Amino acid sequence: MITSAIIPRPLARLPWRLIFLVSGIALFGLIVLYSAAGGSVRPWALKQGIVFFGFLTIAVGMSWMKESTIKSITFPVYAVTLVMLIGVELLGFVGKGAQRWLDLGPIRLQPSEFMKPAIVLALARFYELVPAGETRKWRAIWPALALLGVPAALILVQPDLGTCIMVVLCGVTVMFLAGLPWWLFAAPVGLVAVAAPIAYGMMHGYQRKRIDVFLDPESDPLGAGYHIAQSKIAIGSGGIWGKGFLHGSQSHLQYLPEGHTDFVFATMAEEWGLVGGVLLICAFAAVIRWGMRVSQSARTRFAQLAAAGLSATIFFYVSINLMMVMGLAPVVGVPLPLVSFGGSAVMTVMLCLGLLMALERQQRTVSRVI
Amino acid sequence: MKHMRITTAHQSITFSRRMMLLGGAQVAVGGLLVGRMGWLAVAQNEKYQLLSESNRVQLIPVPPRRGWIIDRNGKPIAINKASFRVDLIPQQIEKDSDVVSELARLLALDEDAVERIRRELLESRGFRPVSVADNIPYEQYAAVTVRLPDLPGVQATRGYSRYYPDGPAVAHLLGYVGTANAKEYEAEKKNPLLIIPGFKIGKQGLEKSLEPYLRGEPGGQRVEITARGKLVKELDPKPDRSGQTVQLTIDQGLQQFAARRMGDQSGALVAIDVTSGDMLAFVSMPAFDPNSFSEGIGRTEWSMLSTNDHIPLLNKVAQGLYPSGSTIKPAMALAFLKQGVDPKRRVVCNGGWQIGNRYFRCDAVHGSMDMHSAIERSCNTYFWATGLITDPEQTTEMVNYLGYGQEFDLPIPTQRYGTMPSPQWLEKKYHRKWQGYDSANTSIGQGYVLINPLQLAVMPARLGSGKLLQPRLLMNTPRKPVPLLDVNPEHLAIVRNAMTSVVNDHGTAVASKLPLDGILMAGKTGTAQVFRLGERGHQGNWALRDHALFIAFAPADQPRYAIGCIIEHGGFGASAAAPIVRDSMTYLFDKQKALAALAPLEEQWGGTLAERNARQLQAFKSVPRTTA
Repeated sequence: MITSAIIPRPLARLPWRLIFLVSGIALFGLIVLYSAAGGSVRPWALKQGIVFFGFLTIAVGMSWMKESTIKSITFPVYAVTLVMLIGVELLGFVGKGAQRWLDLGPIRLQPSEFMKPAIVLALARFYELVPAGETRKWRAIWPALALLGVPAALILVQPDLGTCIMVVLCGVTVMFLAGLPWWLFAAPVGLVAVAAPIAYGMMHGYQRKRIDVFLDPESDPLGAGYHIAQSKIAIGSGGIWGKGFLHGSQSHLQYLPEGHTDFVFATMAEEWGLVGGVLLICAFAAVIRWGMRVSQSARTRFAQLAAAGLSATIFFYVSINLMMVMGLAPVVGVPLPLVSFGGSAVMTVMLCLGLLMALERQQRTVSRVI
Repeated sequence: MKHMRITTAHQSITFSRRMMLLGGAQVAVGGLLVGRMGWLAVAQNEKYQLLSESNRVQLIPVPPRRGWIIDRNGKPIAINKASFRVDLIPQQIEKDSDVVSELARLLALDEDAVERIRRELLESRGFRPVSVADNIPYEQYAAVTVRLPDLPGVQATRGYSRYYPDGPAVAHLLGYVGTANAKEYEAEKKNPLLIIPGFKIGKQGLEKSLEPYLRGEPGGQRVEITARGKLVKELDPKPDRSGQTVQLTIDQGLQQFAARRMGDQSGALVAIDVTSGDMLAFVSMPAFDPNSFSEGIGRTEWSMLSTNDHIPLLNKVAQGLYPSGSTIKPAMALAFLKQGVDPKRRVVCNGGWQIGNRYFRCDAVHGSMDMHSAIERSCNTYFWATGLITDPEQTTEMVNYLGYGQEFDLPIPTQRYGTMPSPQWLEKKYHRKWQGYDSANTSIGQGYVLINPLQLAVMPARLGSGKLLQPRLLMNTPRKPVPLLDVNPEHLAIVRNAMTSVVNDHGTAVASKLPLDGILMAGKTGTAQVFRLGERGHQGNWALRDHALFIAFAPADQPRYAIGCIIEHGGFGASAAAPIVRDSMTYLFDKQKALAALAPLEEQWGGTLAERNARQLQAFKSVPRTTA
C-alpha cells in the first residue's frame, strides 16, 4: 500500500477506522457540550476534549499490550479494584456519607468504573481456566457468581444503582457467552417475573407509589418524572432535522435538567433531530460491531470472552442511557459514553477500547507470524 | 484428549450461537431505540413542539393604560400620571438577605407597611409580586434603582397612576380606582390582569360604571424565560390597547367652580343644559380626594373622612335624599292648573290654615294670594288650601312627570330615587287612607316627599325647556329627540313667570339676581325641615338646621341652563342655596365675573379648596388619638 510507504509502520497498523469512529463520536459530543454551555467551550467542551484526548492516547498506548500481559494482570487488577471499592465503602462509613470517590491528590478515582472492564476480564480469565468439560458444573458457576456478586453488592450499597446494573449485566454477558446452562439465566428472570407481582400486591400504598414512579416516572411530572418529561419534550420537539445548532430551547433555557451529563442525548436530539440521533446510534453500533468482530475472530477463549464482554460494556452504556433518556427505562444515572460530560465514563470506555485494540492487534500479529 | 476436543468444539459452537443471540439482541435494542426516537420526534413531534414552546415562551401581561375622562370641551378630568413603584418577587429573594429592611430604609416605610410586606411575602406563592410601595417620589425610585444589583428580587418600575386634576371636586362624579379585591378577582374569573401590581380598576362612580370602556386591552410581553425564572430575551410583544377616552357632558370649569363655591358647606349641585339634557355639573361636597384613594388612602385620612359629619364619603347627588321643601311648588302649581284651578283664584293667608283638628302655620301672614304671588312669596297657605281641593293622585302624577321619584338612565352605579307619595303608594306602603294633612304636607314638599339632587335639577330643566328632558352624562351616547312636555304651554308660562318673579320682583330670592345685564334667572327657593335629625344630637345645632334648596333656570325668557342645589342644614334656601346657584349660573354666562365673586369668599374661608383640605388633614393628624 502507498500509505504504508509514507506513514511509519506502527502508525499505519493502528485500527484507524475505529479511532476515527470514536473520535467522530467524541467530537460530536464536544459540539453538543459547546451548545449546552450556551455556545461556549467552557465549562465543559474544552475540559472534555482534553480528557478525551488524554484517554485516547492511553488507549492507543494500551493497544501494544500483549494478551499474555493482560491475562497476567487481570486478577491483580481485579483484586486491587475490589480493595479500592472496600476502601471507598470504609471511607464513606467513616465520613458518614455516601462516597464513590477515592481522593488521590490530583485525581479522584472512582473504583466502580474500573470494575466494569475488570469484571469482564476476570470472568473471561476464569472461564479460560475452567476446562471445557467443567463449564456446566457447579464448580464453574459459584466462583464466577462470587467474583461478580461481591463487587456488585459493594457498588449497590454505595449506592450507585446504575453502575451496579452495568457491572452485573457485563458479568452476566460473559457468563452467558462462556456457555453456562440456560436455566441459570432463565430461572432468575422467571423468579422475578413471578415474585414481583406478589410482592407488589403485599406492599403498602406509599411503597407501591414509589415503585410506580420508578417504573413510570411520568406519573409524577413535577418530581421524579420531571427529567423524563422534559427530556421527551426535547427529543420530540427536535423533529426530523432538529431545531438547529445552538437553538435548542429546552437545554438553553434549562428546562432539561442534566442536559450536559446524563441527558446529553436529549440536548443533542433537540438541535440535531432524528437525523443526528440515528447517526449517533449508528456510530455507536459500528463501534460495538467492531468489538464483536474482534471477539468473533479471536483465537483464544480469553480473547473471545473478553472482547465480547468489553463490547457489551459499551453496548450497555449506550442502550441503558438512551432508553432512560427516551423514557423507556427508569432514571438510574448512566451517562452516554464519549458524549456526556464527565471523565469517568470516557475513561471506562477508552480502557475497554484500549483492551479491544490490544486484542485485535494480537490477532493480526499472530496471523502474520503464522 | 478426544473427549476434550469434542467439548472444546462444542464450546465454540455454543459461543458462536450465543454470540449471534447477543448480536441479535443488540440489533433489536438498537432498532427499538431508533423506533422510539422516530415515534417521539416524528409521530409526536407536534405535541412535543407545543410543550416545548409553552416552556419557552411566557406571556407577561402588560397592563393597558386607562382611558382618559375628558369634559365636554375636551379638558381632562381624569388622566394618567407617570408614577414609580417598587415590588418584590418572592422567588428571587435570596434567603439570607434582609431586603425588606433595606427597602424600608431607602423608602422610609413605616412599621405598618413593613409588617404588611412581610406578611404578604409569607403568603405569596410563585412569581406573584408583592407590592412594596406605590407612587414613590423620583428620588426614592432612583435610590432603589442604583442599588438593584445588591437587592435581588426587587423590582423598580415606572408605570402610570390615575390622576384627577380637580381632586375632590370630581370625587363623587368619577369615583376612584383601586386594586382589585379578592371578590372582584373571582368575579372576573381570575383575570390575571387584575393581580398585576399597580393595576387599578374603577371602584366607584363613573370609574366603576365605565370600566369596560376605560380599561382597554392588556398587551403581553412575550418573553423567553429559563426554568429558573430568569428572563432571557423579549420576543415580539403583543401590543396593549389603551382604554378609550370617554367624554362627559360635564363642564370641568363649572364643576370645579361650583365645588369651590360651596365652601365648607355640605351639599350637592347639579347643572343641566336644557337644550340637550347634558349634565354640566355633578357636584357633591365635601368630598374625599380621589387621588389619595387611587394611591391607596392612608389610615389617618380615611378615619378623618369617615368621622366627618359632612359625610364626604357619600355621593349626595345620586344617593342623598332630602325633602324637596318649597321647590316642589312650581310643579304643584302646574298640577293644579292642569286640574282646572284658576290661576287668578285667591286664597287669603292669615298666617296658616286649619286642616282637620290641626292648624298649619305659614311662614308669614301673606294676605290675599293668587298662584303667581304664592309661588313668588312661597306662601304655604295657598298650596295647603289648593292641595285640599285637588286630586292628590293626579297631582303626584304631574310631579312625577316633572322628575321627582324618577330613576334616570345614567351610568352611575347606585341611584336612590326617593319618594313622591300618592294615595295609592300610601295604601300600599303604610296601609292607610290619604288624609287632608297628607295633601298639605305633600303640596309644600314635606311629609313623605324625598328627592335626590338629580331630580331637583331635572325639574327646573323640564319646566324651563318645556321638554321631557332626560339627563345625560356621556357625550357620545346618541341624542334622542326630546318630546315636548304634555302640558298646556299657557300653564307653563304662568309657572315660569312666577319663578322669574321669585328672583326678580318681590320673591324670596331677590337677593340672588344674576349680576348680568339682560339675563334674568327664574328660580324657586326651598327650606326643608329636618326630621328626626335631633337624634344625632352630639353634632350640635348645625345638624338641626333646615336644609336649604334652590332650583333655577336661565335666561328666564329663553332657558338655556337649569340648576338644582341643596345645602344640608343651610338654613333658608334663599340665603344658603340661591347665592351658590346664582354664582354658578353667572359662571355659565360670564366666567370672569363669577371667579371675581368667588375670590373674596375664598379669602374669607381661608384659602382655596385644596389649601383648606390640606390644612384640615394636618389639623386632624395633630390631634392625638388612642391608636397612635
